[in-house]
Amino acid sequence: MVERVSAAFVPLVDCAVLVAARELGFAKAEGIELELVKEPSWASLRDHLNLGYVDCAHALGPLPIASTLGVGQVHAEQIVPFVLSRGGTAITVSTRLADEMRAAVPGRALDTPAEAGGALAAALRARNAPATLGMVFPFSSHNFDLRYWLASCGVHPDRDVRLVAIPPPLMVESLRAGHVDGFCVGEPWNSVAAAAGLGEIVATKSQLFPHSVEKVLSVRAPLEGRLDQLGPLLRALAAAAEWCDEPVNRPELAARLSRTEYLGTPAEIVEAALGGLLLGVARSRAGADFLRFHGGAANVPQPEDALWIYAQMVRWGQLARSATARATVLRVFRSDLLERCVGSSAAQPARPLVAFDGIAFDGRDVDGYLARFDIQTRFVAPGSDA
Amino acid sequence: MTMTQRPLRILIIDANAVRAAILEEGLREAGTEQGGDYGDLAVHHIRDDAKLLPRIAEIDPDVILIDLENPSRDTLEQMFQVSRLARRPIAMFVDKSDSATVQAAIDAGVSAYIVDGLRKERVKSILDVTISRFHAFDRLQTELSQAKFALEERKVVDQAKAILMKQRNLSEEDAYVLLRRTAMNQNRKIADLARSLVAAAALLEPGSRDG
Repeated sequence: MVERVSAAFVPLVDCAVLVAARELGFAKAEGIELELVKEPSWASLRDHLNLGYVDCAHALGPLPIASTLGVGQVHAEQIVPFVLSRGGTAITVSTRLADEMRAAVPGRALDTPAEAGGALAAALRARNAPATLGMVFPFSSHNFDLRYWLASCGVHPDRDVRLVAIPPPLMVESLRAGHVDGFCVGEPWNSVAAAAGLGEIVATKSQLFPHSVEKVLSVRAPLEGRLDQLGPLLRALAAAAEWCDEPVNRPELAARLSRTEYLGTPAEIVEAALGGLLLGVARSRAGADFLRFHGGAANVPQPEDALWIYAQMVRWGQLARSATARATVLRVFRSDLLERCVGSSAAQPARPLVAFDGIAFDGRDVDGYLARFDIQTRFVAPGSDA
Repeated sequence: MTMTQRPLRILIIDANAVRAAILEEGLREAGTEQGGDYGDLAVHHIRDDAKLLPRIAEIDPDVILIDLENPSRDTLEQMFQVSRLARRPIAMFVDKSDSATVQAAIDAGVSAYIVDGLRKERVKSILDVTISRFHAFDRLQTELSQAKFALEERKVVDQAKAILMKQRNLSEEDAYVLLRRTAMNQNRKIADLARSLVAAAALLEPGSRDG
């Protein structure tokens, strides 16, 4: 019997595992008819998932955590049984801002995130008006990565710049129209901006936080009675993820992803993005680890991944720190399900999360970790300062 | 808490001016006709653009109505998240007590953000009008595209008739009869046959470069 499973996605290179599972027969081999539903925004994807219009979704890592905690717009319990990608996003600035950065630190290289960040801080000080930077959603690694990078370079993300959320497919247009001076977004949109001569890529997620979690598979809680359905899906996704990670498969994957029903972007750009061969100034820097779909136990949602997100939410005032919230967050990211359903991989220890500035994250001591940062934003309960 | 009486402010964010006008009219009609729950509404409409936040702050709406698929929702929600507004609008889905309305809204493609403390019945009546007007707009769209299609078909049939009249020296009526009979014999629609005929005639034109 064929089981129908529907998954919502936002057009990005990191929805590759879902596309491969559908297009290359990995889902079918597990008896699943995988239907993919394209979404125009993260809010729309979240609502369709929460209200049961789709069975699961290609979600920003922090999104199911925020939904489960009831932070932001909705309260709906979610579970993450699988990580769809690690890395794969980047920070791009407009060519004008890139020129200002070079002018601000003449003769110096902008090769590392620290160098580029220092140049950005200097360029922003020389400006009259604050810069506007785009990211994709309040609960996204893009928001947290961008904030971390800015703060590490002495720029307060809530005071010295203006951050706006823009859905990924509209990011390049916003740069072209001059609504933003730069952005943090998933591929292929950085490469598209670079290829169009609109921007330069100045840092990648793989440089800022090597091997950090990006997109996850989000399903509604509770799972009772649905594990029979989840097992075949996770097996199909694990097989598809392994296939996607093979460099030899990139041309075919790029060709599938570039189709109108998925990304609608030229295959050459998608292929370059998959290989970390980013166009523009970061061409040589992103390295082999730019985007991971499978290797290094990438698919296992680790407790450290979840706690890192919790720590960022606390740091930027989205959440009050509490033992309850911490425990909830750990319940969302389930490291056990993949092992139960697929049978391998999960036993490997998670890699330590070390940022580009050398600061290591320790999930056992979130308070100690947060105490290291001068730049933070205090949590204010909604309406309490009215 | 005592509240100074002011009209309930509704903000429609829609790049589609026709749909916004239909909805605005619906809300106004409901407001004047029924009084009571609907009464005393102030309806504003803005197109979504870069100036979203200052406009919203200026209008200070109680209810924001926006197309579910509008990509600006991500921008809106982030604004609500960071702006420490006392009256932070929340997506209607938070309150699941009336799931029938929520389902109807999703089906119609409506999403709404509502500030806390509004009476539930009042919100529901606004949503009901919005849902029915979104459906009305969809019907209008379908009718328009059907009308456009019919017009296009008539045009191509006229062109085919003109070709037959000229090349076979037929009257208009005979040209149409020939077209209809041939279509019936070939089990095709007249418009489809007419389209092939017009395309073939274009190829056979003496001026055609590839001919």
